[in-house]
Amino acid sequence: MGMMRVWIWVLALGVAASAAAAPAGLELAADQVFRRANGSEPQSLDPHKSEGVPASNIQRDLFEGLISEAPDGTLVPGVALSWEVERDGLLYRFHLRPEARWSNGDPVTAQDFVYAWRRILDPLTGSYYSQTLAPILNAEAIIRGEMPKERLGVRAIDDHTLEVELRGPTPYFLGLLTHSSTYPVHRATVEKYGEQWARPGRLVGNGAFVLQDWVVQSHIELRRNPHYWDDAHTTLDRVLYYPIEDASTALKRYRAGELDVTETFPITQLPWLRKHIPDEIRIAPYLGTYYYGFNLTRPPFRDNPKLRQALTMTVDREILTGKVLRTGEIPAYGWVPPGVQNYEPVEYEWKAWSKQQRLEVARRLYREAGYSRGNPLTVEIRYNTSENHKKIAVAIGAMWKKALGVRVRLVNEEWKVFLENRKQKQVTQIFRAGWIADYNDAYSFAELLHSRHGINDSGYDNPEYDALLEASAREPDPEKRKRLLQQAERIMLDDYPILPIYFYVSKHVIKPWVGGWVDNIMDHHYSKHIYIVKH
Amino acid sequence: MTGYALRRFLGAWPTLFMIVTLAFFLIRVAPGGPFDTDKTLPPEVQANLDKKYHLDEPLYRQYGRYLWDVLHGDFGPSFQYKDYTVTELIGAGFPVSLRLGLSAIALALLVGVTLGTLAALRQNSPLDYTVMALAMTGISIPNFVMAPLLLLVFAVYLPWLPAGGWNGGAPSHLVLPVIALALPQVAYIARLTRGSMIEVLRSNFIRTARAKGLPERTVIVRHALKPALLPVVSYLGPATAGIITGSVVIEQIFSIPGLGRFFVQGALNRDYTLVMGVVIFYGVLIIVFNLIVDLLYGLLDPRVRY
Repeated sequence: MGMMRVWIWVLALGVAASAAAAPAGLELAADQVFRRANGSEPQSLDPHKSEGVPASNIQRDLFEGLISEAPDGTLVPGVALSWEVERDGLLYRFHLRPEARWSNGDPVTAQDFVYAWRRILDPLTGSYYSQTLAPILNAEAIIRGEMPKERLGVRAIDDHTLEVELRGPTPYFLGLLTHSSTYPVHRATVEKYGEQWARPGRLVGNGAFVLQDWVVQSHIELRRNPHYWDDAHTTLDRVLYYPIEDASTALKRYRAGELDVTETFPITQLPWLRKHIPDEIRIAPYLGTYYYGFNLTRPPFRDNPKLRQALTMTVDREILTGKVLRTGEIPAYGWVPPGVQNYEPVEYEWKAWSKQQRLEVARRLYREAGYSRGNPLTVEIRYNTSENHKKIAVAIGAMWKKALGVRVRLVNEEWKVFLENRKQKQVTQIFRAGWIADYNDAYSFAELLHSRHGINDSGYDNPEYDALLEASAREPDPEKRKRLLQQAERIMLDDYPILPIYFYVSKHVIKPWVGGWVDNIMDHHYSKHIYIVKH
Repeated sequence: MTGYALRRFLGAWPTLFMIVTLAFFLIRVAPGGPFDTDKTLPPEVQANLDKKYHLDEPLYRQYGRYLWDVLHGDFGPSFQYKDYTVTELIGAGFPVSLRLGLSAIALALLVGVTLGTLAALRQNSPLDYTVMALAMTGISIPNFVMAPLLLLVFAVYLPWLPAGGWNGGAPSHLVLPVIALALPQVAYIARLTRGSMIEVLRSNFIRTARAKGLPERTVIVRHALKPALLPVVSYLGPATAGIITGSVVIEQIFSIPGLGRFFVQGALNRDYTLVMGVVIFYGVLIIVFNLIVDLLYGLLDPRVRY
């Protein structure tokens, strides 16, 4: 095995640099303030303690990882200026930019990353996202408490050189390094303040902005970080994040001119929006799948693939997305959404059939499963309380009733109760679920159905599937790896453990004077790319 | 009177103790825990979190530990907002809710008593019927309907007022939420005042006052108002409770960082410590407020002896 020394210069480097600054010739507003609605209140701004999209949106502005993203989602150098990949993808050597600084002026060093990654994997830290770094050598053993964190396959060769050893070739590793859980933390600050270091006046970050103020349930204010290495290209002076959970409320404040962008909008308002402010609507594919899961550990779906297939084929996804949701969601005939890097979607072979053909086969399978109009299936659909979930459940229940005569019972539960029941698998039959990828790779979807995955609430257990996944994790050739994952997905789809319904879209309304906001599949929008045009 | 106050003060402690105990066990009965999410949490990490927050101990031990901490003034860290302690969160949220609530009660009293008195004076006139009809509407329309309507009209269609936020309690941000919060109370207070004022105006001492030739204004304000307000004063106890619970909805709709929001979010997130902290706080508040109201009653009505 020869040494493969590959210098990877990301071409988008030039693109990113020019995209970060406002285009020349545009008149900018005097007040460069950007006001964003951000969903729920973040639990914490510590990258190792937080969970959820709202927190990572803000962390993206406060910190910077080794790799960053251009406005359109392309990977670009972050703190790491360049890197080499050696030993067939098992060793990464990152060269950090010498001008990278923390917000207090300290230089960002390789030791900062070593410290941070050890901290997130330390089971005592209690991080939700330690799994993100699982590809690193010894990471999983450390999480399980079987090894001390010093044995993690990360080394600071010197202040600006970081070496990372992986347990297997991980083609999506660079993409993982944009995730907020891999951000560095300032060691002296964490050690000085302990648990509560991530607060205004204490938090030290290496991102384009610093934490100016945090009034819980009111707002989080960020100010420009003059020590940031690319501050010359940052246009905004202040960013305000508002924790507004109710989409209607956020829309009202947007209409009143108090917000520049919302986090989402209620679909019932779409006709009004299309009529009055169509140019402000942004709908784009989002890396996630909305689906129903079958509980394979209990009747009626245990050992009954024909029944599962019958129900899956009967759902009319075009009606759901076209008439019920109407916000451009994409009907899902497979599990991994389109737009994932280095992957082509795998779909049910009956997607191309006519509705008539599908119903015929579905009815036959339903009969073969032991049910008929005289002996109908009674089944419950369980979902967490939400108008949208209810609409879809009602629609699907009606489709099953009309085509097959199935009797459907709808059960809605509060979120935590729902999660608990789903995980326990004692009472669920069909449950609603959604999976948003943490990183842009097919594996982030495939791994959910691995028999040992913590959120495999269907109880899907197919050794062949597991084996293919594990083989793909070891495969260095991207083309072969893709085929392994596609093969796995084909096998899984043919077992019908889940019922994919649609692929998510991100929805925002954004004021016309906001520039630099580019739709991308991860829906990541760094404030350092944003600028406000004079208005 | 002092003896009465002392007796009430002593009696408050068992009440508070029961509230704390009930709340402690009730919230833990709810399925789901503070760290349940739809992302994988490795079992080792879960175990560590449980250990750190003492969730792996038997329930009675956790209870005892909690009581001990509370008696020492330590309400613990928030499970959900990991960077903050419960004391800090309540300390930040309470002044906001207090400002909101007191303004709402003041507005409700002012407007309600005035309207009720006017209605009583012009009993069965068009004014009376209008006031009572408005009162009925105010009571019947829930504030989660009224509040977004107010928002829509006065902040979106007519850009007169901000559409939400607190901004440190600036007057312009107070107007809409206070109105939304006060409206149902205005309605009740107006009806109460009207009813009791009508009764008082029929009593003998008012007839005497009028017979003495006193101007009508003096008769009303100096003589009739005090006894007429007695039912309103007793209503203030449940009114405060209403304002406190009503503020949860208002704070959500107007994005106000008050205690009500913490309460609801805490329950939904199973943030045990935060919910307990707010429950204790509200419990103390209601007990104290009811005590004050009862003492006030004694001051206002010379017939009441404690």
